[in-house]
This record gives sequence, C-alpha cells and structure tokens, in this order.
Amino acid sequence: MALAWIWTIMVAFSVVFGLLSGNIDAVGKAALDGAGAAVKLCIGICGVTCLWTGVMEVMRRSGLAGGLKTLFLPLLRRLFPDSSNNKDAMEAVSANVSANLLGLGNAATPLGIKAATEMARKAEGGVATDDLCMLVVINTASIQLIPATVAALRAAAGSAKPFDILPAVWVSSVCSVAAGIIAAKILKRFWGK
Amino acid sequence: MDFVFSLVVPAILGSVAVFALARKVDVFDALTTGAFDGLKVMMNILPALVALLTGVYMLRASGALDALTSLCRPFFSLLGIPPETAALFMIRPISGSGALAVGSEIIGRYGPDSLIGRTAAVMLGSTETTFYIIAVYFGAAKIKKTRYAIPAALCADLAGFIMASLSVRLFFK
Repeated sequence: MALAWIWTIMVAFSVVFGLLSGNIDAVGKAALDGAGAAVKLCIGICGVTCLWTGVMEVMRRSGLAGGLKTLFLPLLRRLFPDSSNNKDAMEAVSANVSANLLGLGNAATPLGIKAATEMARKAEGGVATDDLCMLVVINTASIQLIPATVAALRAAAGSAKPFDILPAVWVSSVCSVAAGIIAAKILKRFWGK
Repeated sequence: MDFVFSLVVPAILGSVAVFALARKVDVFDALTTGAFDGLKVMMNILPALVALLTGVYMLRASGALDALTSLCRPFFSLLGIPPETAALFMIRPISGSGALAVGSEIIGRYGPDSLIGRTAAVMLGSTETTFYIIAVYFGAAKIKKTRYAIPAALCADLAGFIMASLSVRLFFK
C-alpha cells in the first residue's frame, strides 16, 4: 500500500504545484516523457543486469558463497550471542550475509527468512529479540561488493567509468553497517522488552 | 586507480568463469539461466518503473522537486548531504523501484559523472529498502513488536547517506 500513497501524492502534488506555479503544460508533457523514459531505462540497464545475474548464477553453482560462509561464522557468532549455539540459525545467517555480499539478492532473502524464523523460536509473544533486531539491521544496511544495478544505471546515463564509485560505495556501506550495529547495541540497553 | 576500475568487470568475469569451470560447472548454462532470471526481474519492475518515473518526471516539471530541494537545503547542508538528493533520501527506505526511478532521474538530470549524480549512485548502492526488509523478515518470523529495529536500521541508512556524500566529495575532487 505504501506505493499507492506515494504515487498518488506524487501525481496529485504535481498537478496542484504545476497549476500554482504555472508549469502545468510542462507537467502534462512530463507525464508522457516519464513513461517513455521508464522503458528506455529498462532497456538501457537490461544488458548489464542480465549479464550480472548470469555471473551470480555461475558464482552460486560454483559454491563461492559456501567458502565465504565459513569465513563469516566466527564474526557472526559475536553479533548474535543468543543464537550462537543454534547451528541452523547461524548457518542461515552466514549464508545470508555471504549472499548479500555477492549481490545474490534472490538467494539472500529466503536465507534471511530462514534465520529469522529460527531466531524467532526464542521470541515470546511476537516481541523481537535482540538477535532478530540485529539480523534486520545488518540486512537493511546494504553490504554489496559490486553494486551492478547502480553501475548499469550510470553506464546507461553515459558515465565514462561506471565502476569508479566502488571505493565510495564500499566506504559508505561499511560505515552504514557499523552505524546500524552500534545503534542497535546502544538502543538495546534503553529499550524495554 | 582508473586502471583498476577498468579491470573490475573483465577480471571478475574471467576469474569466476575459470573458477567455476575448474569445479566442473557448466558455466555457459549457468550464465544464460541467470541472465534469463535477470530478464524476468526487469520485466517485473518495468510496470512499476513506468508508473514511478511518470510521477517523478511530473514532480520535476511542476517545480515541486526544486522546491523540495530548497526546503531541505538548510538541514541537508548541515549533514553535508547535497539537497538535490532529498527526494532519494525520502523514498530510499520505502520503495526499491521508487528509489531506482528517483535515482535514475537525478543521475540523468545532473549527469552520471557529476558530484550530485555520483552521490546519488553511491547512496543507491550503499543502502537498502529498509521498511520492505523489516516487513518481510518480521512478517515471516511472526514478530509484532519490532522494538528498536526500525530506529537502528534508520541510523544505518542515515550514516550511509552522510558517508555517500562525504566519500564522493573526498574521492572525486
């Protein structure tokens, strides 16, 4: 439903604002331009997106995520103290984090849900445990090594080097995850059960 | 550094292919199967993008986006975030396709290699659709009381946006 509200607000606001500012002719033209631009955008990023989902499938079948998974397990045990002895939950979390890192979005979500349902066994009365909050926080803070869609977007817009934003993306991602974890650790102390 | 960025894609393609073939994966079949999945994803988001880009273009033409930019300027410059990315800031945690629509409009309008265009791209690449993920995960785990999950996740988003602005300014002078 969120999008129903967002879209209605966008369109209604544009009409009112366009009438008030005298830009209504431009608004009418923009409505048609926008629809066409969406198709152009899709075609523009379709090639890179398909290539990348193809590479991801190769990564998945070659078991690259499995190698990463064992690497993260010790680190994640510290982040999820209450679930650290739940083998299924920890397996799912580390697979979820590795899939996110490699950009395997389609694989990451079911794994994350599996981890969430495992961790929810300790949740009483539908109240989120600290581990569940942490799981959501590290999933909402994107940790993707190669942001392929964004690179495709830049390439379609005519960027000279679509991937030159990589270091900036990595720095921002790491800071965002760190901020989320720190915020969760601090809020944990003040928030009631 | 430029050399490294040119190398990223070919190096990943090459090494993943060799690694997978060494592990007896049918690389070409995997590649085309995955690419077909990508095509399905694109087909699925096209209708949403048609609707949302129409909305974004209308907002831009009406002057509302520029008004939003000037409205947000004092607060955003305090955080070091370009006010031109205000719309992206607002829609990013709520809708993935909405963020794609707004982000592509900003990148197209200001140019992919401009400060604002790059910042918008880094923002898109380093944050997630927070509320969607919270809804999916907590929904599956039958959690009703989310406690501090939303404020903590929004802290991560805010940090991502501030750092995106800061790192682009530092890396691209």
